Amino acid sequence: MKYVLLFVDTEQFAKDLEAMEPAERARAYERVQEWMADNAATIRGGSKLQPPHTATTVRLDGDREPMITDGPFVEGKEVVSGYVEIDVADLDEALRMAKTWPGCPVVEIRPLES
Amino acid sequence: MEESHVELARVVREHSGRLAAALVHLIGDFTTAEDLVQDAVVAALQRWPVEGIPERPDAWLFTVSRRRGLDVLRRESNYRAKLAQLQWPVQPDPDERLRLIFTCCHPALPRAAQVALTLRVVGGLTTGQIARAFLVPETTVARRITRAKRKITDAGIPYRIPADDELGSRLSEVLTVLYLLFNEAYLSTAEQTQSRDLADDAEWLGTLLHQLMPTEPEVAGLLALIRLHRARAAARFDSDGGLVQLQRQDRSRWDRDAIADATHLLARAAGQHRPGPYQLQAAIVACHAEAERWEDTDWEQIVLLYDMLLHLAPSPVTRLHRAIALRYTAGPRAAMAELDTLADRLDRYHLYHATRADLLRELGHPDEARAADSRALELTANPAEQAVLQQRISWA
Repeated sequence: MKYVLLFVDTEQFAKDLEAMEPAERARAYERVQEWMADNAATIRGGSKLQPPHTATTVRLDGDREPMITDGPFVEGKEVVSGYVEIDVADLDEALRMAKTWPGCPVVEIRPLES
Repeated sequence: MEESHVELARVVREHSGRLAAALVHLIGDFTTAEDLVQDAVVAALQRWPVEGIPERPDAWLFTVSRRRGLDVLRRESNYRAKLAQLQWPVQPDPDERLRLIFTCCHPALPRAAQVALTLRVVGGLTTGQIARAFLVPETTVARRITRAKRKITDAGIPYRIPADDELGSRLSEVLTVLYLLFNEAYLSTAEQTQSRDLADDAEWLGTLLHQLMPTEPEVAGLLALIRLHRARAAARFDSDGGLVQLQRQDRSRWDRDAIADATHLLARAAGQHRPGPYQLQAAIVACHAEAERWEDTDWEQIVLLYDMLLHLAPSPVTRLHRAIALRYTAGPRAAMAELDTLADRLDRYHLYHATRADLLRELGHPDEARAADSRALELTANPAEQAVLQQRISWA
């Protein structure tokens, strides 16, 4: 079954990352690379996203002209910062992967429509 | 409840979970299998009171499910292969029922849905019975169950026993569901329990889980806890349905044999030297249950057990209970000092204020005690507890 793991950053997490010593930050990125390597067999694709200030949202509202606004579709303290698509047997396997994710503090698991 | 209703509930409960387990295995689809069983259970509850409980209730339920199942399966491509398997008798592997329990209590489902689903799928309760037991509208329960089943299918929640490295945390999820269920039953008033004895369902589920996982000491611990409470249930309410506090209970109405059995179960679990919160809670209750009179209570031991419990599972509510026990080993002043440290965390908990009222009264501050009782009264919705507090305010 296919799922997308949506990685969600919090403001606190971004601050913590910024406050890290360069060597410490390098180790944090390394841990993420290791996780990717460990799970390479089930990962079908994905990417880190550029920060929310780069986002543009288009709202399609019926007959009206599409409305274009600056920023992500929800303004909030939590923003989607990346995703991977995985192919695993069931939710438990997806959960097992998400639980060992060494990056940002929130992961949403969403099954894909077959 | 009438005897025939008790028997009916028992028979349905005994067979419906087994049938659900077998059908999930045969059909390979949790939602479909569960619907079929629920249809059969509803039919049984309509017809058995009139026609009598059939000689082979399991065969009867199977036949009804099968008839409905054929309609469902006809729409499927592998209809014939599955049809061939839908033969009587069905004998699910004991593990099938365990799978059922773990799926119903999957952590990806909301707690209220875990409880409702477990009762319906494993325990054979109807949506209406669950709604009445929890005093919520039937549509709410139906919606919870429908959503949960849809999530099981759509999100790929597996139908299996968790792997060894996950078993501990998943089992504690199952035990939490059972514990909540029992608490709900235990806190309900005498009046409510006439419609359905949820405590009976909780004990039955605990017994089943213990049969399926005999070497898990926390399962035995929770079962012992449930049985120790139930063994003393008769003395908890007076003839008017009012709650009787432990200190004033007529201990001759306690079931001494059941207490001895539960204590024995607990001792065997403790012999595995894998202590846990349920074993410790059961051990505390056992200290109360084994005391012939209130004066015989081994408070030193109880305080010690609370210390162990706090070490494993720190919680302000447990500290409150420890403070209550401390009153009998170190006096009301020491207990009050302990309580004062909990003021911030438990200000919204009725038992905190009720305990303060007790201690204040003992320390010679009746006015403050009455104020604390009033505060407790504001904070509890339980009619039986409200009645006790109301009495104290008007008498003290």
